[in-house]
Amino acid sequence: MKGAEFISHAQNTWCPGCGNFVIQHTIKDVLSGLGKLPEEVVIVSGIGCHAKIADYMQTNSFYAIHGRGIPVATGIHLGNPQLTVICSAGDGDAYAEGLDHLIFAAKRNVDITVIIHDNRVYGLTTGQYTPTSPPGFAGKSTPEGTHEDPINPPDLMLASGATFIARSYSRDKKGMAEVLKRAILHKGFSFVEVLQVCASFYDAHACYDEHVYTPEGHDPANRDSAERLIREWNYAGEGAIPLGVLYERDAPTFGERVLAGKEGEIDRTGIIERAIGKR
Amino acid sequence: MNDYSICIGGQAGEGINKAGLLIGRVLGLLGYHLYMYYDYPSLIRGGHNFAILRAAEDTIGAIQGKPEIVCALDQETVNRHGNGSLLIYDSDDCKGEGIGIPATTIIREEGGAPIARNTVLIGAFCRAAGIPPEILKEAIQKEFGGRADENQRLALRGYHAAEERMQIPIRTHDPLPMLAGNDAIALGLIRGGLDAYVSYPMTPSSSILHTMADLAQNTPVLVIHPENEIAVITMALGLSYAGKRVAVGTSGGGFCLMTEGVSLAGMAEQPVVIVMAMRPGPSTGMPTYSSQGDLGFVLHAGHGEFPRIVIAPGTTEEAYEWSARAVHLAWQFQVPVFVLSDKNLGEHPKSTSIDPAFAVPIASIRSPRGTYARYCNMPDGISFFYPPPLSGNVVKVNSYTHDDVGITTEDPDLAAASAVKQIRKGATIENEMAYYGCLRVDGREDAPVALICFGSTGEACREIGERLSLKVIRPIVLAPFPLAQFSDALAGVERMIVVEENATGQLDSLLRGYGIVSDRRIANVSGRPFFLDELELKVRGVMQ
Ligand SMILES: Cc1ncc(C[n+]2csc(CCOP(=O)(O)OP(=O)(O)O)c2C)c(N)n1
Ligand code: SF4
Ligand SMILES: [Mg+2]
Repeated sequence: MKGAEFISHAQNTWCPGCGNFVIQHTIKDVLSGLGKLPEEVVIVSGIGCHAKIADYMQTNSFYAIHGRGIPVATGIHLGNPQLTVICSAGDGDAYAEGLDHLIFAAKRNVDITVIIHDNRVYGLTTGQYTPTSPPGFAGKSTPEGTHEDPINPPDLMLASGATFIARSYSRDKKGMAEVLKRAILHKGFSFVEVLQVCASFYDAHACYDEHVYTPEGHDPANRDSAERLIREWNYAGEGAIPLGVLYERDAPTFGERVLAGKEGEIDRTGIIERAIGKR
Repeated sequence: MNDYSICIGGQAGEGINKAGLLIGRVLGLLGYHLYMYYDYPSLIRGGHNFAILRAAEDTIGAIQGKPEIVCALDQETVNRHGNGSLLIYDSDDCKGEGIGIPATTIIREEGGAPIARNTVLIGAFCRAAGIPPEILKEAIQKEFGGRADENQRLALRGYHAAEERMQIPIRTHDPLPMLAGNDAIALGLIRGGLDAYVSYPMTPSSSILHTMADLAQNTPVLVIHPENEIAVITMALGLSYAGKRVAVGTSGGGFCLMTEGVSLAGMAEQPVVIVMAMRPGPSTGMPTYSSQGDLGFVLHAGHGEFPRIVIAPGTTEEAYEWSARAVHLAWQFQVPVFVLSDKNLGEHPKSTSIDPAFAVPIASIRSPRGTYARYCNMPDGISFFYPPPLSGNVVKVNSYTHDDVGITTEDPDLAAASAVKQIRKGATIENEMAYYGCLRVDGREDAPVALICFGSTGEACREIGERLSLKVIRPIVLAPFPLAQFSDALAGVERMIVVEENATGQLDSLLRGYGIVSDRRIANVSGRPFFLDELELKVRGVMQ
C-alpha cells in the first residue's frame, strides 16, 4: 500500500514547521515499507498536539484521553496481539499525567511501540513547562522560570526494564525511519523518544542541530555503554545528544506470558458448575 | 417456623469466616436455607470478628437481632454477644455461663493447629443443638477435603465434651451452594459472555477479582490486575475495542479514579461493565463495612451527558442473572453498564439457586454496507460495532466530539448530531429495558403502605414487609429508571417509606425527580445492615 493511503481526509491543523509532520510522514512511510495494511495497525493517542495524529492517519485509531494512551494500547494488544499497536504520546501526556503507565508498560514488556513526541512543552494548552523542559523554563504557568529540574526519560526507561530504547529528532527523517522500523519490528516494549520541534512554543532546533549525533559502532545490547550514552545528555545542559537505537534486548513479552494457554473456547457452563460444586 | 441464628466470634486471624461457613455446611446438610453475616474490621490480626449464621425454612437474605447460640473464642465475644444466648465458649480462654469447652487444651492434647479451636467449638455446638455427629463429620469432609481427618477428630472431641440443650430438627431438603454476591457476580459475568476482567484490589470488590482469577485458571478468561484504577478502566476499554467482552470492579475511591474513563466510554461508545461495590465514605471511610451512599455518584459519574445502565441486584440470584445481562446490555447498546453492589450483598454468603446455563439474549447482528463508519447514524442511535481488523476498513474511536467515521469535529451541526445520537440511544435503551422485569414487588399486593428500597436492603425489607403486611417495591434497574413499571407497582399505595443505607436519601431524591414523593424515610449509616428486629421497630415507628 502506498504511503499516501495512510493519510486520512481530516484537515490538518498543526502549525507550519511543527515537528509532528515529520513524525506522521515517517510512520506512514515505515508502515508502507513494512507492507502493513491500515486495518492491521492501530494508532493510540492521548490528548495534545501530538495526539491529532490519530485523526490524521487512515489506520485504525483510538483517540483516548490525556495521559492514558498506554493502558489503552496495552488492552488492545492483549485483546488482539495480531494488531500492530503504535502509541503516540506527548511529553506532558506520558511523563506527567500518565507516567505510571509508561513505567509499567516498560516493566511488563508490552509488545507495543510508544513514540513520545517530546517538544518539551505543553503545546495544545499553549505553552506550559513539562517534565523535560530545560531548567528555569519560563512558560505560562511559570513566568519566573521553573523551580525544578528535568527528568531524563531514556534513563528512566532503562531503569524500568524497557527492552528497546531509542531517540530520534524531528529534523532527521532518515534516522527516524530506521529507528521506527526497528521499534515496530522489536518484539516487546519499544520506547522511542523523538525530540520534536514545537515551532510555536519551544523551538529548540538550533540547539538540537548543533548537538545531536549518531554514535558509531555502538552495540545496543551492551547495557553499560547504552547507559553511558543515555546519560551523556540530561535534558538540562548543552551536552552531546546521541540518536538512534540506544538499547535493545530480547525478553518474553507481557502478551506472551499472559496469553499462554489462553486460546480456545470458554466452557462457561463448566466453569460455573465447577464453582458451585465446591460450595 | 424453624429459624435459628448462631454467632461465632473471636479475633481476626482466628478463621471466623471459615468457621461460619462450616456451621453453614452443617445446617445446610440439615436442610435449611442459610445466610451469613460476617463482621470484621479492616485489619489482619487482633480486633473483633464475628459471623452470624442464620438458618430458616425459606430463602433469606438478612439477619435477626439476637442469636440463639453464641460460640465464643474470646472474652469479647462473650461480653458482646453472649448475654441471653446459649453460650459455648473456650473455657481456657474466657469466662462465661453456658457450655465451657477446654478447646485450647484439646488442641494441645491432639497436636492440632491453634486456628482449629473453632472446629472444637463447632463440634460442641452440634452436640448442644442435637445435631447428629454424622452430619458434623460430613460437613467437615466437604469443607476441608484432604485435611478432614484431623478436623473431624478435633470436632468430635468438642462434641463429646458438650451436652445437648436443644434440637434443631432435620428437614428433607437438599443443601444449596452458599454463594456470596461477589461469587454470583463473577459467575454471572462469565455466563453473560465475559472474556476479561480487569481490577485493582479494593474492599469490598476484591473478592470478585480473587474469585475470577481462580476461576480463570486453565481457561481462556483473562484476569488482569494493573497499576491503578485509571489503568484498569482504560485498559478495559482497549480490550473492548479489540473485541473482548470486559468488566472492571472497584469501590469508592477506586471508582473516583475511573470516572474520566467512564466518560471516555460514554463518548467513544465503547462497551464495558463496571462493578461498583459500595462501602461507607467519604474517602477511605470504613473499608470493611457497607453503605448505599454512592447511588447518586454512580448515576452521574463522568463529565458530560451520555446514557448508561445502572443495575442494583438485591439477592445473590439477581446478582448472577443481572451480571450476565449486564454484559449483554453493554454490548447491545455500546454503553457503560454498572452493577451497583455493596459489602452486604457482595461478601455475605447465602444459599443460592442458580442455573449454570442461564440464557442471555444474543446481541442482534447487523452488517454494515459500504465503507465502515464506527458512529454511523442509525434511527435508534446504535451504530454497527466491529473490532478491528475489518477488511478494507478502519475502525476509529474518539474521545473528542466526532463525526460518523470517528474524526474530531467542532462543527456546530455535527456536535448537535453527536449529542442527539446519544439522546436517541438513551431513548432506545429505555424502550428496550421495558422488556425486562426491572423491579421486584414483595409483601402484600394490596397493602396501602409500601417500603421502597434498592439493592442489598431488599431482603430485610421483604421480610419486614411480610411480617407487617406491607408492600415492598424494589427497583433493580435504577437507570434508565423504570418509571412505567414503578408506577404500576404503586397502584393502591397511599404511603411510601423509603429505606436506604445512606444519610441524605439518594433513592428518595431519585424518585422525587420523577415526581414520586415519599412520606417517610428510614436511614442507616452504621456500616452494618438493617437487622430485622431493628428495622421492624423503625418501620413501626414511622407508621405511627
Ligand atoms: C485530565 C486532563 N488534564 C488536562 C488536560 C488539558 N490538556 C490537554 S493537552 C495537555 C498537555 C499536552 O501536552 P503534551 O502531552 O506535551 O502534548 P503536546 O500538545 O505538547 O503535543 C493538557 C494539559 C486534559 N485534556 N485532560
Ligand atoms: S503548538 Fe507546537 S506542537 Fe503544537 S502544532 Fe504548533 S508547533 Fe506543533
Ligand atoms: Mg508536549
